[in-house]
Amino acid sequence: MAGLSSGGGSSLGRCSHAVVRALPESLREHALRIEKDKAVDFARAEREHQLYVAVLKSKLGLQVLELPADESLPDCVFVEDVAVVCEETALITRPGAPSRRKEVDAMKRALESLNLNIVEMTDETATLDGGDVLFTGREFFVGLSKRTNQRGAEILADTFKDYAVSTVPVYDSLHLKSFCSMAGPNLIAIGSTEAAQKALKTMQQMSDHRYDKLTVPDDAAANCIYLNIPGKGHVLLHRAPEEYPESAKVFEKLKDHMLIPIANTEMEKVDGLLTCCSVLINKTSEL
Amino acid sequence: MTTEVGPETEVKKESEQLGADAANEKHEEATESQENQKSEKTLSEEAQSSPSSPALATQSSPSSQKKEKDPSEGKGISRFIPPWLKKQKSYSLVEPKDEAKKKPVEERQAMEERESQLPEEVAEPKGNLEEATIESQQEAKADDKEEEKHSVSSADTQPAKEDSKEIGVEKVADEQEEKQKVEEKRETKEVQTAEIKMEKAPQKAPKKIKTVPCKVMLLDGTEYSCDLEKRAKGQVLFDKVCEQLNLLEKDYFGLLLRDNSDQKNWLDSSKEIKRQIRSLPWIFTFNVKFYPPDPSQLTEDITRYFLCLQLRQDIASGRLPCSFVTHALLGSYALQAELGDYDSEEHNNHYISEFQFAPNQTKEMEDKVVELHKTHRGLTPAQADSHFLENAKRLSMYGVDLHHAKDSEGVDIMLGVCANGLLIYKDRLRINRFAWPKILKISYKRSNFYIKVRPAELEQFESTIGFKLPNHRAAKRLWKVCVEHHTFYRLISPEQPPKAKFLTLGSKFRYSGRTQAQTRQASNLIDRPAPYFERTSSKRVSRSLDGAPVGITDQSLLRDFSAATVGPTGDMVFDDEAVGQTTLKNGEGRDEDGSPTKIQQLKLTQDEKPPVVKTEMVTISDATQRTEISTKEVPIVQTETKTITYESPQFDGSAGGDAGVLLSAQTITSESVSTTTTTHITKTVKGGVSETRIEKRIVITGDADIDHDQALAQAIKEAKEQHPDMSVTRVVVHKETELAEEGEE
Repeated sequence: MAGLSSGGGSSLGRCSHAVVRALPESLREHALRIEKDKAVDFARAEREHQLYVAVLKSKLGLQVLELPADESLPDCVFVEDVAVVCEETALITRPGAPSRRKEVDAMKRALESLNLNIVEMTDETATLDGGDVLFTGREFFVGLSKRTNQRGAEILADTFKDYAVSTVPVYDSLHLKSFCSMAGPNLIAIGSTEAAQKALKTMQQMSDHRYDKLTVPDDAAANCIYLNIPGKGHVLLHRAPEEYPESAKVFEKLKDHMLIPIANTEMEKVDGLLTCCSVLINKTSEL
Repeated sequence: MTTEVGPETEVKKESEQLGADAANEKHEEATESQENQKSEKTLSEEAQSSPSSPALATQSSPSSQKKEKDPSEGKGISRFIPPWLKKQKSYSLVEPKDEAKKKPVEERQAMEERESQLPEEVAEPKGNLEEATIESQQEAKADDKEEEKHSVSSADTQPAKEDSKEIGVEKVADEQEEKQKVEEKRETKEVQTAEIKMEKAPQKAPKKIKTVPCKVMLLDGTEYSCDLEKRAKGQVLFDKVCEQLNLLEKDYFGLLLRDNSDQKNWLDSSKEIKRQIRSLPWIFTFNVKFYPPDPSQLTEDITRYFLCLQLRQDIASGRLPCSFVTHALLGSYALQAELGDYDSEEHNNHYISEFQFAPNQTKEMEDKVVELHKTHRGLTPAQADSHFLENAKRLSMYGVDLHHAKDSEGVDIMLGVCANGLLIYKDRLRINRFAWPKILKISYKRSNFYIKVRPAELEQFESTIGFKLPNHRAAKRLWKVCVEHHTFYRLISPEQPPKAKFLTLGSKFRYSGRTQAQTRQASNLIDRPAPYFERTSSKRVSRSLDGAPVGITDQSLLRDFSAATVGPTGDMVFDDEAVGQTTLKNGEGRDEDGSPTKIQQLKLTQDEKPPVVKTEMVTISDATQRTEISTKEVPIVQTETKTITYESPQFDGSAGGDAGVLLSAQTITSESVSTTTTTHITKTVKGGVSETRIEKRIVITGDADIDHDQALAQAIKEAKEQHPDMSVTRVVVHKETELAEEGEE
């Protein structure tokens, strides 16, 4: 019970539950994307997603809540954007893309079923995508992007009062986490593009804490999932060598981590990366 | 003259002081006391120093006061020494006490400085450590003198103030700004009568021990009362309180003045309380001033206990925001510390409601607190406190002192000063952060606060970032808090306040307490059995039966409203004048300062100290410029010029219309916050008779309705006192009134 609220970084990656959502067929045609010309192989996308869920469920032993797809919500597979969960509190966001606002309903019900304290973003001027929220275990960084605005970040700060919430401008990418993520308790994985490096500098300047960085050649590969699973220790889900060979080599240098390469070729065509497809929750109490 | 009154120690002290650079000191005092006449600033600094020409300085420095009688020198100097200076010796009655108190402290400090070569875990990069080692050798020696001087000068200003009261100029401080120029021309043949004043002085300031009742609100909600000598410094009260609390690790704490702002105004322990408190009642609040980043490193449980009490207040009042879960967790540790293990019989459902854990406490939260309380079985109060602190210290706003401001675009922001640097918030969001090593210099001018930041990578020039504070006082307060935090957390030992230099401006304020490094050193030496202390129930600071918050909340309310009286007085004077600057010295060593510090840098280099100077003073040229600027900016509403001419008995009978031969001409400008005195002396020889003309231009910058006649009378009186053998031939009064500045309190 002690230290419940402020794990100070060491609790990062602790995880008991995950929420995922199946992908609707409408994703192929209607999911939002920056580059319009890429055709999604839907069957392959499904296979990749099933593998992803299987890793969480079978390999890592998480309790996985699988929400059904909703054809009217082409982007609904990207659950990360609609909820930010930290400890026992879940913030239901107001996604930046109007077409995605209804995605929150199913997520809210799922998180309620887990007895989390639910906070909803009701302010109609606020927008926030979970993909813009980087929680380091000590503090939050919120990307101010096309999808997330100042007001959204403020509400996040109000929701998670224990933590510093710093804003980071995001220009060229969809989300803050389009080029970074946590790869360990004190380790930020970061892409190599100028924009990514600039954002990292901003984060370093804003923080009282010194993070290590893991620079990978590909921005998309810098989006990985770090977990700390009892009995398995540090676990890292990262992009497969077939997709990003150079970046995979960098991950392979992490000796303390159990490395699990995951292919995500199809979803990436609609700007979906590894973290996008799950909401990770650590239930410490049996409320 | 000192010998006439003071005890022996005094004599020695004075001569030491005078030996060093008497002229500077004196002038500083002079201007300080002038300043006193104008306004009593709560956060008075020994600010705005002073003036004296180099010529003057060298002339007088070798001479002790006694030598003033010597005509050849006295002529030059003593005329410029205002009467209050000459009364110095009478103050010596007050000083011995100060000194007695001070000395041990200094010795200890000196010792610690020597010790500070030991690796500290303070984040001190190499450069600084080296520096500190060098300093420690030097300062250990220098210290005593320095401090003494300091104490002397501040004690001395005191009676001068009393004087001015008699004359009645003291109420001058207020909302408007006035300028008054008094020009005097005089003729004279001979010198100064310092003696007369010397005789007067002892009678004038007989030692009256006036005491003032004084109250301090303690962290447990109780009140401590005592009587203080009217002229007591902040330190006296602070020490009394700490003694009462049995607190040894006291450097983390401080006393707050109770004024009406939501900002914290700290009592400066090195200065007289009376000068800081203005019209406020002598009521203070004992508070944590520097939150230890790692409370587990505190030596004593009792210190942690007081820190816990402070944090409970911070949390319950909402100053330290935390989440529901954290509220509950911290509340449960507080319960454990106060009540011990949960006892289902004793602790019925209602016990909890008597405590306040959060600004908006709900039943749900109380239930959660109880639930968690049950899990802490077996924790001792001290352990519970430690758990409490381990969690509280991680809160992002722990130890962050917030100040309202606007950025350069007028957007409302908050500036947070903390152990690591300066944080910039917009609403709840952190939008920027400047770690202390990144900041080269902090300064304030009027209501603006500036930081000069190291160039970023690949950039060549450092940049200066300005913030607009609600008013001048807020800017100065922020600046002081920054100076203190930087010193406390980043330096091994405090820097010395800058010496009065030739024509300098700006606040000399420096943090005078111990740094964290020093206090940790000192704490390591604490050798006493853990003191027993009663943990006062937080019930006292809890809610009353009807649920309305009392206690803590009450206090903060009081703090908010009690002293609506403060407003008007104030530092208006400063508005166009005051400049405070501090150059921050940080480990990484580079310290780029403009030319103003050059002289001192050189000097320090000779002293074999590293050429890093943290203080910067504005040079003459700057000063002049500044004055021009300020007059340009000032909207002048009315301007009046009065000319009054006095016929003087002329001594030039024998000389006829002879123009005379100019022997020497000298112009001395001295400046302080509220007055600028320009003295122009010409010596001519007319037909064998030497004539000295002194033309004084005194600009009084005030912020109240000045009683002009009185001010004029005062100026003339002073002039006469200074030069009793001269006569006033001409007085010109020029008055400018301007609108009150916007944005002042």
